[in-house]
Amino acid sequence: MYQDVILDHYKHPHGRGLRDGDAEVHHVNPTCGDEITLRVRLDGATIEDVSYEGQGCSISQASASVLNELLVGKELGEAQQIQETFLELMQSKGQIEPDDAMEEVLEDAVAFAGVSKYPARVKCALLSWMAWKDATAKALSEEAKTA
Amino acid sequence: MTQLPGLLDTEAIRKDFPILGREVHEGKKLVYLDSAATSQTPSQVIDVLSEYYERYNANVHRGVHVLAEEATALYEGARDKVAEFINAPSRDEVIFTKNASESLNLVANMLGWADEPYRVDHETEIVITEMEHHSNIVPWQLLSQRTGAKLKWFGLTEDGRLDLSNMDEIITEKTKVVSLTLVSNLMGTVNPVEAIVRKAQDVGALVVFDASQAAPHMPLDVQALQADFVAFTGHKMCGPTGIGVLWGRQELLEDLPPFLGGGEMIETVSMSSSTYAPAPHKFEAGTPPIAQAVGLGAAVDYLNSIGMERIAEHEHALTEYAVKRLLEVPDLRIIGPTTAEDRGAAISFTLGDIHPHDVGQVLDEEGIAVRVGHHCARPVCLRYGIPATTRASFYLYSTPAEVDALVAGLEHVRNFFG
Repeated sequence: MYQDVILDHYKHPHGRGLRDGDAEVHHVNPTCGDEITLRVRLDGATIEDVSYEGQGCSISQASASVLNELLVGKELGEAQQIQETFLELMQSKGQIEPDDAMEEVLEDAVAFAGVSKYPARVKCALLSWMAWKDATAKALSEEAKTA
Repeated sequence: MTQLPGLLDTEAIRKDFPILGREVHEGKKLVYLDSAATSQTPSQVIDVLSEYYERYNANVHRGVHVLAEEATALYEGARDKVAEFINAPSRDEVIFTKNASESLNLVANMLGWADEPYRVDHETEIVITEMEHHSNIVPWQLLSQRTGAKLKWFGLTEDGRLDLSNMDEIITEKTKVVSLTLVSNLMGTVNPVEAIVRKAQDVGALVVFDASQAAPHMPLDVQALQADFVAFTGHKMCGPTGIGVLWGRQELLEDLPPFLGGGEMIETVSMSSSTYAPAPHKFEAGTPPIAQAVGLGAAVDYLNSIGMERIAEHEHALTEYAVKRLLEVPDLRIIGPTTAEDRGAAISFTLGDIHPHDVGQVLDEEGIAVRVGHHCARPVCLRYGIPATTRASFYLYSTPAEVDALVAGLEHVRNFFG
């Protein structure tokens, strides 16, 4: 479960710390107390930044780091596809062996495939991704209101 | 191998527990350090459960056939064994429930529906402590919300003990019931209860003890405790799941109203009203957990064959060793007493910034089973400003070698995340 890639992201997180954003959310995982505050900044349809601050287990913290690395700079449509692919992998109960195509989409995030075998830990891996989805929806609705 | 004075012959005892010979994760020897969550079951209990279903299974107190009579004798025989185990003045004071939570909910509901002088209402107060398991917090919160009674509690000191400095403010003339644990499930603290009992008696309050973490580990004497009610559960003391006990003083069980209504708890029933059976049946509505009660009786026999004093001595020696070894691990902070004095065999700790879920997962890969999280005692975590702990807990079959395995496992965890 603890792939080197996951440990690397845990020990040296990418993009950690809160910066300016268009929307902010706070998500918690009540079973183990993992917490994340996450902000999204959009530039039109491009994700300009995803910044975050949180505490919790290595899986939840590493997952947020991977998310930052993967999604910043992407177009929203593509980011959404990545998020859905990651969700599918995490809900696979260890049944999906990531192929090259999936690895191309998910990059470092395929390292979490092993986590999907541990039902108690899947929520840890998904915490930041659910927070990102929520924050993005919030940013878009704010934008629609002001437009 | 480490030898400590006071240890039991664990080599012999472990042969009684088939599961302890199991391997996990392809060839890793199981190191089971989660007995505070549930204890393992000896063959002597497993055999009695099988035999019950193979030879005696029937509903109790109902039929006139052989099986019904034998099943009833076994079920009531288990009540005798439990009564003797806790030194109850009468077997009729032992109520079988499904677990300690149900036992505590039962007391709370007896008092909620009671007449004077027992009734808990908006002019009265309920006292608990900050170290309770959720099962001794939530039933009282519910009672408080439903009756308007004020809920108060004893806080904790830095070293994991009850803070009794403001006892006169906490327990007052308005206090109707004081409910507290004998041993903390998270910190292992053994509480000094004499002063609390004396104070409660002075103001005429009832005293309820949660003995879930005491009954499996030390001699339990409800008369010496001067308790009014004592709750505990079977599966933490070598028995099966699904069986708990509520002991209550006879006079109280006679005066207090039933909570659950149904079969077996009645004397006569007409369409407009009913009268009730005497205790304990008054509080045992419906078909009880029969095989489980019989299994608990077998567990009591098993514990008696070893001796509760000897078990307490074994755990004390092991706890002393475990505390010493754990404190050698860098960055390890014990949550609770840091000596073995007045302390049970459950030890919670944090390990630097490493999240307990990571600690538990890496230990599991080594075959070491510990509990992680808030242990159904979240207020304790809040009190000490931590999200969760890792908890190792020991029992009569635990060994110094398993303590060593834990310490080695924690070194591995530190290197892994360091």
